Amino acid sequence: MSAARSYYQEGGFETVIGLEVHCQLATASKLFCGCSAAFGAGANEHTCPVCLAMPGVLPVLNRCAVDYAIRAALATDSTINTNSRWARKNYFYPDLPKAYQITQYEQPYCEHGRVTFDLDGTEHTVRLTRIHMEEDAGKSVHDAHASWSLVDLNRAGVPLLEIVSEPELRSGAEASAYMRKMRSLVRYLGISDGNMNEGSMRCDANVSLRKRGATTLGTRAEIKNLNSFRSIERAIAYEIERQAEILLGGGAIVQETRLWDADRGVTRSMRSKEEAHDYRYFPEPDLLPLVIDDAWIERARSELPELPDARRGRFVTSYGLSGYDSGVLTASKELADWFEAAVAAHDNPKALANWITSEVLRIANESGAEGETDFSQLPFAPEHLAALVRLIDDGTISGKIAKTVFSKMVESGDDPAAIVAREGLVQVTDEGAITAIVDSVVAANTAKVAEYKSGKDKLFGFFVGQVMKESQGKANPASVNRLLKERLDG
Amino acid sequence: MPLDENEIRRVAVLARLHLGEDEVARLTGDLGRILGFVGKLAELDTSDIEPTSHVVAMSTPYREDEVTTGGDPDSAITNAPRRDGHYFVVPRIIE
Repeated sequence: MSAARSYYQEGGFETVIGLEVHCQLATASKLFCGCSAAFGAGANEHTCPVCLAMPGVLPVLNRCAVDYAIRAALATDSTINTNSRWARKNYFYPDLPKAYQITQYEQPYCEHGRVTFDLDGTEHTVRLTRIHMEEDAGKSVHDAHASWSLVDLNRAGVPLLEIVSEPELRSGAEASAYMRKMRSLVRYLGISDGNMNEGSMRCDANVSLRKRGATTLGTRAEIKNLNSFRSIERAIAYEIERQAEILLGGGAIVQETRLWDADRGVTRSMRSKEEAHDYRYFPEPDLLPLVIDDAWIERARSELPELPDARRGRFVTSYGLSGYDSGVLTASKELADWFEAAVAAHDNPKALANWITSEVLRIANESGAEGETDFSQLPFAPEHLAALVRLIDDGTISGKIAKTVFSKMVESGDDPAAIVAREGLVQVTDEGAITAIVDSVVAANTAKVAEYKSGKDKLFGFFVGQVMKESQGKANPASVNRLLKERLDG
Repeated sequence: MPLDENEIRRVAVLARLHLGEDEVARLTGDLGRILGFVGKLAELDTSDIEPTSHVVAMSTPYREDEVTTGGDPDSAITNAPRRDGHYFVVPRIIE
């Protein structure tokens, strides 16, 4: 594939990607019945005649799901359609008991939105074609028997948003960054847990190539089953190469659905489904039109929380942080809340931001799953980090000792003041004590002192090191520097 | 409205119906006549009328987001021809 790769890298082709993101709404109950929408119960524990599609049942819409959907529309600057309607999407599959999915087709509740995201310091904007509400299907398990599949309908009827972007993404990295922003948004809004490894958030990617400068779109393949940021990037990279290879060989891309196989790192054709791609949508006769009036929209707007972009701007203006640091801190609501709790306990936002973006994030990323930063697993609270920075700011410990205290906080979860007291790490500021150490270091290294005095200035660092070592890192560095200078140069 | 036999065959496949050749021929005629009958509506001028998806002049009622059903997987699988624990068992879905 190297010829295709190099042609691609030289810019012969332009990649065109549109994403369809599916996001489970964090309602307590399902979209059209009162069964629990929670993940992880025993098989068919969350089912009833409605979601099992027994004859004669009728769906009744969950008001909270619509509330959540409105929040998503507002956060993406979308147009909300006052009147929208439900449709049936017809297909046969064992995880779809009604043999149709209730969704929105011709008149979705939401259109014409946009989302901005940051990638390597550049801001990108992607337009959204539409967002619509629909119900999820059940789950099937294939590994239990050779000739049978098992079906669990707990997920059947769980509310979903499908968020469809315009084909404006240009690389796997952009697609993944867009997805991260989308996850951050739904978590800020509190409408989804955004948990990709439990399938609460997943996406399909429409990928095509065209000659650079072309204005029409190439034939696309739809890649399904992308359930991690890494999968999105890898699957798109693979698909770009596969299509470039075919196009360079004079072939044509077949419009089809392909499945991402993460184990083998390839996309493969799902030909079996091709013929079924005639969904015969028609208006759902069991559900009346959905009316979202201005009063409802305004009520939802007044209840919107501060969103990541606004919060980022506020971090720059109120805390004097850089745009980059503010972006890192506000990417997840949890992290931004953690930072602000620390600032509330000790007013030194810049120092706290530095500690969090370097040390704390490293620890949190180590304990979380791929792409997830898990703050619930941190052994210490934001107030502990604030206390640590306060100890530095009031001169109790040096920055160097603070790193030692931090690693002990990670191990034990103890309060930093307690660690400092227990380990005797209080900074030595008593100049008499430091002078004594300086004297003993100078006395023990007469040869080095002579070299220094003959002009070997670089040796100054050696003396500083010796004094710090002698004091077990506890001597106040500024005092050490000044007292050494006085002693050696005086 | 005349239909051709291939359209009938395609709709039958989508609806998972297995039709014999005589049925294809008969349904091509029947379904064509039914569509023709409904097609009479197209003679009306509806250019000034908003498209209708429902004839009831009200919007959808709601339920509050509360868990009120579920917790009875035994009943859920009562009618299943084949089961494994509380799972439905179906012929293997090949992908």
